[in-house]
Amino acid sequence: MALLQISEPGMSPEPHQARLAVGIDLGTTNSLVATVRSGSTAVLPDAHGRPLLPSIVRYLPDGRAEVGYAAQARQADDPKNTIVSVKRFMGRGVKDVAHIESSPYDFVDAPGMLQIRTVAGVKSPVEVSSEILRVLRERAELSLGGSLSGAVITVPAYFDDAQRQATKDAGRIAGLNVLRLLNEPTAAAIAYGLENAAEGTYAVYDLGGGTFDISILKLTKGVFEVVATSGDSMLGGDDFDQRVFCWAVEQAKLPPLSARDMRRLLVKAREAKEHLTVHGEAPITVKLSTGDVVDVSLDTETFCSITQTLVQKTLGPMRKALRDAGLSVEQVKGVVMVGGATRMPQIQRAVGEFFRRDPLNNLDPDKVVALGAAMQANVLAGNKPQGEDWLLLDVIPLSLGLETMGGLTEKIIPRNTTIPAGRAQEFTTFKDGQTGMSIHVVQGERELVSDCRSLARFELKGIPPMVAGAARIRVAFQVDADGLLSVSAKEGTSGVEASVTVKPSYGLADADVERMLRDSFEHAREDTHARALAEQRVDGQRLIEATRSALAADAKLLNADEREAIDAAIASLERLLPGTDHRAIRQAVEALNRATDEFAARRMDDGIKRALAGRKIGSL
Amino acid sequence: MQMQNHFELFGLAPAFAVEADALERSYREIQSQVHPDRFAHAGDAERRASLQWTTRVNEAYRTLKDPVQRARHLLELQGVDVAFETNTAMPSEFLMQQMELRESLEDATEKKDSSRLDLLRGNLGKSRLSLQQEIAEAIDAKKDYAAAADLVRKLQFLDRLDEEIDAAYETIE
Repeated sequence: MALLQISEPGMSPEPHQARLAVGIDLGTTNSLVATVRSGSTAVLPDAHGRPLLPSIVRYLPDGRAEVGYAAQARQADDPKNTIVSVKRFMGRGVKDVAHIESSPYDFVDAPGMLQIRTVAGVKSPVEVSSEILRVLRERAELSLGGSLSGAVITVPAYFDDAQRQATKDAGRIAGLNVLRLLNEPTAAAIAYGLENAAEGTYAVYDLGGGTFDISILKLTKGVFEVVATSGDSMLGGDDFDQRVFCWAVEQAKLPPLSARDMRRLLVKAREAKEHLTVHGEAPITVKLSTGDVVDVSLDTETFCSITQTLVQKTLGPMRKALRDAGLSVEQVKGVVMVGGATRMPQIQRAVGEFFRRDPLNNLDPDKVVALGAAMQANVLAGNKPQGEDWLLLDVIPLSLGLETMGGLTEKIIPRNTTIPAGRAQEFTTFKDGQTGMSIHVVQGERELVSDCRSLARFELKGIPPMVAGAARIRVAFQVDADGLLSVSAKEGTSGVEASVTVKPSYGLADADVERMLRDSFEHAREDTHARALAEQRVDGQRLIEATRSALAADAKLLNADEREAIDAAIASLERLLPGTDHRAIRQAVEALNRATDEFAARRMDDGIKRALAGRKIGSL
Repeated sequence: MQMQNHFELFGLAPAFAVEADALERSYREIQSQVHPDRFAHAGDAERRASLQWTTRVNEAYRTLKDPVQRARHLLELQGVDVAFETNTAMPSEFLMQQMELRESLEDATEKKDSSRLDLLRGNLGKSRLSLQQEIAEAIDAKKDYAAAADLVRKLQFLDRLDEEIDAAYETIE
């Protein structure tokens, strides 16, 4: 047994206990949670020892939700209330969803993102996803014996801003402190790279249940750098099931099916697909509610031919990513396969032929993303000393821009730009006396705005009347480390500054998130106040620790007065922490943040100077 | 702290002929100090400062890595405006050559001839490289910034053609 540490009065105990942090792979078909414990990374199984959680949520008449295997078992009986593959609906409208005619759900086309009417009320995909995340959070907390300090949630690299924002909101509603949204192929590259001490240029081919990503990374010691990424956020293993389903309907000459029968046959189609991974032929046998019996057999050759166009669809993004990276196939040292759908032999073959080398399959394609996310969470939580951690440089997958005259797109931040990224552009008025300007933010590669995804529209008002062309409106884009965008605009010439910051319209308003948070606590029968208090305490404690370690390292950057102000802010927060007023704690946290603003900026400058000094000495 | 130029940020001497390895090393060293991943568990103040710095460092790195942007930045430091947007005057010989290349590109796209696209790209690569050498000489050795500005405008023309070749590959795939 370890000896108890006794610290001097007034000194914080060092080394502090590792913060509990997890990586979550929120998949289309299955979700997982993993963590780093005493140096080794592992997926956390449920009470029955099962590592995967099927990403299926079934709503019950009393408002509760069943998640995972229990929901999966009832999907054919209760298709309207059992949501599968909800990831496909994140940040999407009804018109965006493929095969909507064969979806059993009762869709509500809400502005921005679709919703689904269930027996427990109308649910947003964000709420459905948060149910899955909550189960994983509870699993982790039970297994690790404490509340989580933070989580990294993975998203497809090709997810656009709306889909990312929706995922982050789902995390918040599930009661998680989302440390970072991490791209799935990047997470896989971390796990693969660290496991194999890989160096050089690698491609990650990630075909999941509903999304396809291809990322090209440069791995060097201590640095993971994404050079280019491409993909298709509407292509995955589900589409292969769909092809098998359609083939079976045609073979058995079935009339239009009810929602239940549809789900039954889809489940069988998926089983057949999985069976064909190791067998040459798969039976599809199902008795429908109409009395019709489907009894057909699918062989490998037919399966390959009905899914050939899907396999082909992954080749275009591969070529594009290579072109964007300025690389030829020969320069790629290895191709890491990720996602359950890469088990299909025709995928393995196509990738092998394209890259002219055998794909790398030495990591479990279902788990590698969660493991990489857990490793990154461990770093972000500050559990690894500097020097043993790594630098991760990722990019945005799609260009961000504005609508200009004539419905054309003006790109402000091009795709494959390393994040965080920021760029500003000046625009002017085109009419005399124009006092407003409408700003339309879009994402995509096409020239016409109508072919890109609309992220947000807002109006800059209060421009002083001037002649056309005299106003200077500066529109600034900022993409953070999660790949999330915020936009602000301001008029500069007049000294009158109008400024507005927007969150993309596909994301939820903060008020919506608050409401969902409240609802979810009611259903989970958690005490909202207790939860808020616990969160504020964790926040406050974290900030005190961070400030103390900053002071220990760089107190020399402060004069006596500045030091005193920070110490006072720490003391007042520390006094409030044991209390029960979460608002007061929050205010003290904000006060400490303000008190350390200037200190933080100086520390950053100092860090850069040190980095440069080190470089000069090193290169002498 | 607001630095005047991007070269200073990376501790490099301002020159068109920049040593790619030194730039990359310096970029990574700075990033490892300021990147948001270092501050994920820190307070708001540090996270904000980190975001601002990383954004600035990324933008500076992107500018210095790209030959056209790097040259433009160097010329701006010398008070020379490259005026991409307003000055489109080009020697007629150069323009003729560009038109021929574009016709050839259109033709290859129509015929879905990817090997001709490969050839076009290969030749373009050589032209770009030799233009870059001329720019290096004009800026670093001769300090003839007006001549350099003309060359940079040419290089930008070629870069656009390169983008069009990318688009052509996508069209024929």
